[in-house]
Amino acid sequence: MTTTAPETPTALPAAADAHRGILRSVLRTPRGSIAGGFLLLLILATLLAPVLAPADPLRQNLHHVLETPSSRYWLGTDSLGRDLLSRLLYGGRPALAGVLEGVLAQLVVAVPLGVATGYLGGRFDRFVMRVCDIVMSVPTIVILLGVLTIFDRSIAAAMITLGVLSAAGTLRVVRGAAMTVRQELYVSAAELLGLGRVQIIFRHILPRCRGVIIVQTSLFAAVAIGIQTGLTFLGLGPPPPSPTWGGMINESAVTLSRAPWLLVPAGGLIALTVLAFGILGDVVRDVTAQSHTSSGGLRARPASGRRAPEAPVEVPGSEAEAPVLLRVRDLDVSFLTPHGEREVLTKVGFDVRAGRTLGLVGESGSGKSVTARAVLGLLEANGAVTGGSVRFRGRELTRASRKELAAIRGTGIALISQEPMVALDPSFRIGAQLGEVVRAHTRMSRGAARRRVLELLEMVELPDPEEIVTRYPFQISGGMAQRVAIAAALAGSPELLIADEPTTALDVTVQADILALLRRIQADTGMAVLIVTHDWGVVADICSDVAVMYAGQVVESAPVEDVFARPSHPYTAALMAAGPEHAPRRTPIKAVEGTVPPPGDRPAGCRFRTRCPLAEADCAEQEIPLLPVGEHRTSRCIHTAHLEARR
Amino acid sequence: MLRLIGNRIATSIPLLLIVTLIVFVLQAFVPGDAARTILGENANPQTVAALREQLGLNEPLVSRYGDWLAGALHGDLGTSIISGVDVMSSLDTRLGVTLSLLVPSMLLSAVAGIALGFASAVRGGFLGRVIDVVSLLGFALPSFWIALLLVAALAERANLLPATGYTPFAESPGDWLRSIVLPVIALSLHGITAVAKQTRDSVAEVLEADYVRFLRANGVGTTSLLLRHVLRNAAIPVVTSLGLVSIGMLSGAVFIENVFVLPGLGTLATQATLDHDVPVILGVGVVLTLAVIVVNLLIDIAYGLLNPKVRAA
Repeated sequence: MTTTAPETPTALPAAADAHRGILRSVLRTPRGSIAGGFLLLLILATLLAPVLAPADPLRQNLHHVLETPSSRYWLGTDSLGRDLLSRLLYGGRPALAGVLEGVLAQLVVAVPLGVATGYLGGRFDRFVMRVCDIVMSVPTIVILLGVLTIFDRSIAAAMITLGVLSAAGTLRVVRGAAMTVRQELYVSAAELLGLGRVQIIFRHILPRCRGVIIVQTSLFAAVAIGIQTGLTFLGLGPPPPSPTWGGMINESAVTLSRAPWLLVPAGGLIALTVLAFGILGDVVRDVTAQSHTSSGGLRARPASGRRAPEAPVEVPGSEAEAPVLLRVRDLDVSFLTPHGEREVLTKVGFDVRAGRTLGLVGESGSGKSVTARAVLGLLEANGAVTGGSVRFRGRELTRASRKELAAIRGTGIALISQEPMVALDPSFRIGAQLGEVVRAHTRMSRGAARRRVLELLEMVELPDPEEIVTRYPFQISGGMAQRVAIAAALAGSPELLIADEPTTALDVTVQADILALLRRIQADTGMAVLIVTHDWGVVADICSDVAVMYAGQVVESAPVEDVFARPSHPYTAALMAAGPEHAPRRTPIKAVEGTVPPPGDRPAGCRFRTRCPLAEADCAEQEIPLLPVGEHRTSRCIHTAHLEARR
Repeated sequence: MLRLIGNRIATSIPLLLIVTLIVFVLQAFVPGDAARTILGENANPQTVAALREQLGLNEPLVSRYGDWLAGALHGDLGTSIISGVDVMSSLDTRLGVTLSLLVPSMLLSAVAGIALGFASAVRGGFLGRVIDVVSLLGFALPSFWIALLLVAALAERANLLPATGYTPFAESPGDWLRSIVLPVIALSLHGITAVAKQTRDSVAEVLEADYVRFLRANGVGTTSLLLRHVLRNAAIPVVTSLGLVSIGMLSGAVFIENVFVLPGLGTLATQATLDHDVPVILGVGVVLTLAVIVVNLLIDIAYGLLNPKVRAA
């Protein structure tokens, strides 16, 4: 016997589904139709047992004991020569009746109380929840045995008790669903219109809770079958010779060594019934869940099928200045999604020079964060680099071993990320985490590591480092957390810092401080920075070069002054239309008309043409290459001249 | 932390009262009463009346519950109405057997479940699919059925281990071990797979967490990441599932003891149920409820140790 925890559905039933009819949606899935069909057959077969059963379940035939299946006894016979198939069919009646009794008892208790507590809330809700807490820790078996001690062999009493005890879990789930529905606009609207509480419950709350109720009921039924057979196995049900599934297993135990087959029919049927209820619950949950999370099916894929690189576009005069530290060329990245493979990055290329700062700019969905992760070899499990090259100080990273990559992380290239509050491990003190990062780079004693940690915290201008190291991440503010993250990134004295939207999650005043800190550290250490941002203010503040990304491609790259003076791609121009001189500094880029097309839905030819004011017929004819448009500049547009003309 | 433990103990008292009270109150609904059930339908009315008097059944339910409670507080749980044996002493002799079954099963579920789940989250693939199939079977097949299968295969056929019976540890540690191997496997199979599944899901989620990427990006090695950061942060849902599994095992033990004919609390309770022996059922109920309370307390302490927010509060 197992007691499964009632799982809380993560999503609410979608209103549309609730109205379309859950049953039809369930039966349309293969798993749902098989499980539902099996249960329907089982119910019909047990109901029609007097008609269907080949023999009287009680009739003994001592000439045919312990037989294996034959044409006369389809499932064999037991130690008294009784037909197993007939006993199974008749035994299904108390089993399914027990489930029905339990389910009804559970629904009668859980649904009204769940809806009422969820919708009304308040003191009543707190009291009921308190009782639920206690009831959920009651050892079920004790109560069931107690019930059977008093109500002689009454499985019905036991199953009703089981239903009432299990109602606590269902009640919570229904309450949760009712609470969510209650907060929705149309319910508030109905309240404002003066609809009574009862009407609201029946019209709005109950229909939306239907999904979770069915899920809970199916899962409970699976548990109830287990309990019913368990109790009858213990001999607490109808006395022999009446057939029960658990009783049949108990009887087979006596002759186990001589006739192990006897275990199979009853055990198999119990297992199938439990599975059918369990699967039905799962399917209903899937059907009614609003957001279907299907990442479970994703698998990492090997980086294979590399394509021939695009002819290298050397930016004129690019070798003139500081040496190139990070060179990305023709980088392709694909993700395996439930809808198939999706190419997220296409031939992305840019250079980061020693001591300089490159801004990767674009709307969300343009692929800039994926690029930053791909450089470090830290893509999600379902993503992979499928082509191109990432060279750091001349060393190829896309083909580097785990060990080689590990050696570069932190000391060669370090990272700070968008959400400082989730970048630190919540379970460890700040001092312990920083100490670990420090010691990962250089072998040193704990005392020396501690001194280095304090030094780093001073470098990022945190007041009172001695006190900060004793705190947990949840005890500091977002701005402080980002400083701690920067300290961790500086621990290995990296030559390149990748900063993935380092200020997006912070308050405006804190943003300026963090950018100032990055500039100062850069001046002190001479490290290069690759900063991912959608904020022209950040670009103006800190970047020396810019690469603009759109739909998985770099569409323009140029020194920062040139971009601000004269964008050479219509997308850049559109992004800047509400740009730094018109909008307050560090506000997100004003949305360009439309959205970035998702991978798999990108137009042929120029990917921006569907939103581009300059688009002409030839934009759709071919993939647009990156074209040189002057010193140090490239653009993925064949009509840059028109852009000039419009200015 | 202390407040958490205090809170748990405070809610434990109503739990004990509720469990015993339910059994008491149910007696009021029975047609006839204990005296009638013991003596049978055809008994002489005078004998029934005498027994009723002897059992104190003429007292109102509330005062009977009060008497029982007062006795229980002094360590007196009454006597079996069938055998006349003191309930406390029969609980005492049987508790050891049930604990020999429960404690190793809980430890096995924890160790094997976490190891398998962790390995399948990090390595993935084949091991994960095996766990999926086994846990599906563990969900669908009753534990007593699996126990019988083990008996059929390992005890009856291969004759490796005893099929039934129990040898106390004090008598012979070797025989004790042999007598609990099959029951422990049968009892923990579901627990191992449930813990393994939870561990796998929880570890897989933490592996995708921002802080894991951040620490890795800044040079923290794989071994430390997995053993310190991932395992630690994945632990809380695993502890929750361990608690549920352990409480489920209290029920499972009743069935497993019956299959292997172990003289523990489960077989005692089953026999008492068949005999309508209310004092014994109440006694077993008290012990199993205390076991639930201890498990919950351990879980709370584990939460406190694992979650700095609880510890700091």
